[in-house]
Amino acid sequence: MIALNAVSHNYENGHKIGFKDWQIDGGSQWLLLGASGSGKTTLLHILTGILKPQQGSVTINGTSIYDLSSKHLDQFRGRNIGIIFQRPHLIKSLTIKENLIMAQSFANLPTDLNRVREVLTSLGIADKKDAYPNELSHGQLQRVSIARAVINRPTLLIADEPTSSLDDKNAAAVLDLLINQSDINQATLIVATHDKRVKDAFTNTYELS
Amino acid sequence: MSPLKISWKSIWSKPLSSALNIMLIAFGTGILTILLLASKQISDKLENNSKDIDLVVGAKGSPLQLILSSIYYIDFPTGNIPLKEAQELAKSPFVKKAVPLALGDNYNGVRIVGTDTNFVGIYKLKVKEGKFWQSDFETTIGSSVAKNLKLKIGDTFYGAHGLTGSTDIHKTHAYKVVGILIPQGNVTDNLILTNISSVWKMHDHDEKKHEHDHDSKDHKEDKAPEIQNKEITSLLIQYRSPMSVVMFPRMVNESTNMQAASPAQESTRLFSLIGVGVDTLQWFALLIMFIAAISVFVNLYNSLKERSYDLAIMRTLGASRTKLFLIVIAEGIMLTLAGTIIGITLGHLALEFIGSNQESSQAQLTGLILLSDEAYLFAAGLAIGIFAAIIPAAQAYRSNISKILSKN
Repeated sequence: MIALNAVSHNYENGHKIGFKDWQIDGGSQWLLLGASGSGKTTLLHILTGILKPQQGSVTINGTSIYDLSSKHLDQFRGRNIGIIFQRPHLIKSLTIKENLIMAQSFANLPTDLNRVREVLTSLGIADKKDAYPNELSHGQLQRVSIARAVINRPTLLIADEPTSSLDDKNAAAVLDLLINQSDINQATLIVATHDKRVKDAFTNTYELS
Repeated sequence: MSPLKISWKSIWSKPLSSALNIMLIAFGTGILTILLLASKQISDKLENNSKDIDLVVGAKGSPLQLILSSIYYIDFPTGNIPLKEAQELAKSPFVKKAVPLALGDNYNGVRIVGTDTNFVGIYKLKVKEGKFWQSDFETTIGSSVAKNLKLKIGDTFYGAHGLTGSTDIHKTHAYKVVGILIPQGNVTDNLILTNISSVWKMHDHDEKKHEHDHDSKDHKEDKAPEIQNKEITSLLIQYRSPMSVVMFPRMVNESTNMQAASPAQESTRLFSLIGVGVDTLQWFALLIMFIAAISVFVNLYNSLKERSYDLAIMRTLGASRTKLFLIVIAEGIMLTLAGTIIGITLGHLALEFIGSNQESSQAQLTGLILLSDEAYLFAAGLAIGIFAAIIPAAQAYRSNISKILSKN
């Protein structure tokens, strides 16, 4: 259960943006819609504890995340929130397997190779575990970034424009994977997009004006 | 996966620039190591060889030359002094022990030293095999001489005139090895010791032989009075009391035709001359270290720009600011520490190589010793790593991840 209460944020240029309250039930799947520049990324950053809003609070499973110290907030994020960025970004000096182990250890969880294998297998890239990121195609990297987001079984899975740089076929595939993974891991899913192709897959929508 | 492993992998992901940084640091540390080891060994050797000798009396000339020839056996002697005057000095109440030296011959570059038993006392020599020299043409040789020239007890050899070279060989008398010294760790390891009259007799015959070639000087006269005119090269003196330091050298320099030189003073002077060169090299090495530090800094700073997104992603995965700080600083420290260790190792190897190719065995250097001062080099390497990495690490610590992530 995630709640957004009376949140507003001031940009550095003085522009102020307010967000309407949002209640998200555990395990539900949401679409966050808005045109470019409507504050989608800002809201995602606020939801994930990356950007502290000037007013309002964000509560995830009873924890008001901005009341946590910086260190605890980082750790809370590592354990409870998985983020998939528009462009997959992995640590180039580490193999796929090591990238996932790193995500486990940053969240202060023990290294669990079974879990790594399980996630990679469910995404169909188990054979790539010892490859380096620059040996993988864009589509494969996108899968790895999904794997990294779900490796710690997060409460909340957030994807920022996951399909915008993909063709129809791959966009559909990635969306399937996201919905599928949020089901498997019982995570709440929020997909932020301005991509019309994604709309049909979701019943819940939060629209930015 | 620990932050250290992430730093480690990051270093390996850009092998060329990492290798360049390590090389720069290794070069600087290497030079410093060599300087440290060499100057320590040289000053130790200088001290060791003149430990119990307070003063050297010899013919007038350069005092440094007198010390070099009579203590370190590297330069030519300043000339000769009359035995009679030397004996008078030796009897002076200021003097506890006086050791006469007669130099002039060598065997395969090793100096033959005519002296008496006081030499044994002043250098605290002990024989490993055989005995000390007693009668004429008996020699006791240093341990390195025995090893390098493969001489055993009972072997005989001919001395050659001069301090190096073997063109003018004294064929009339052969020296015989009667003893080998245990290693002393000083200049006596590289000497052939005999009595003074052997050196004299060697040259008496020489002079007879050469008489026909050049009969100009007064030795054409009868041999008998020549005993009165016997000469030695120098006299090593050990003082009886600290009072002598003030009185004795002045007395020698003012009232005789000879000069007195203090090994301690001249060694210090010599070392201060070498020291200028050592200082210059030291600054040069420090400059290289400084450039290396800047290079590591630029490397980390640039890679941080590329990696700021990486680091932001790590934050979203739960890494704290402190962890990012550690990752960046560990990378700097690993680079410089690797450079330092390689540099110290290379410095030792290089000095050992230099030492094994050295011609003069008197001042042989070795790279196979460890000095406590090297810990400072280690600490310096660590400090440079921290210095070079602290700014990038602080930036990683402070970075605003929301800004970095939304830019992409």
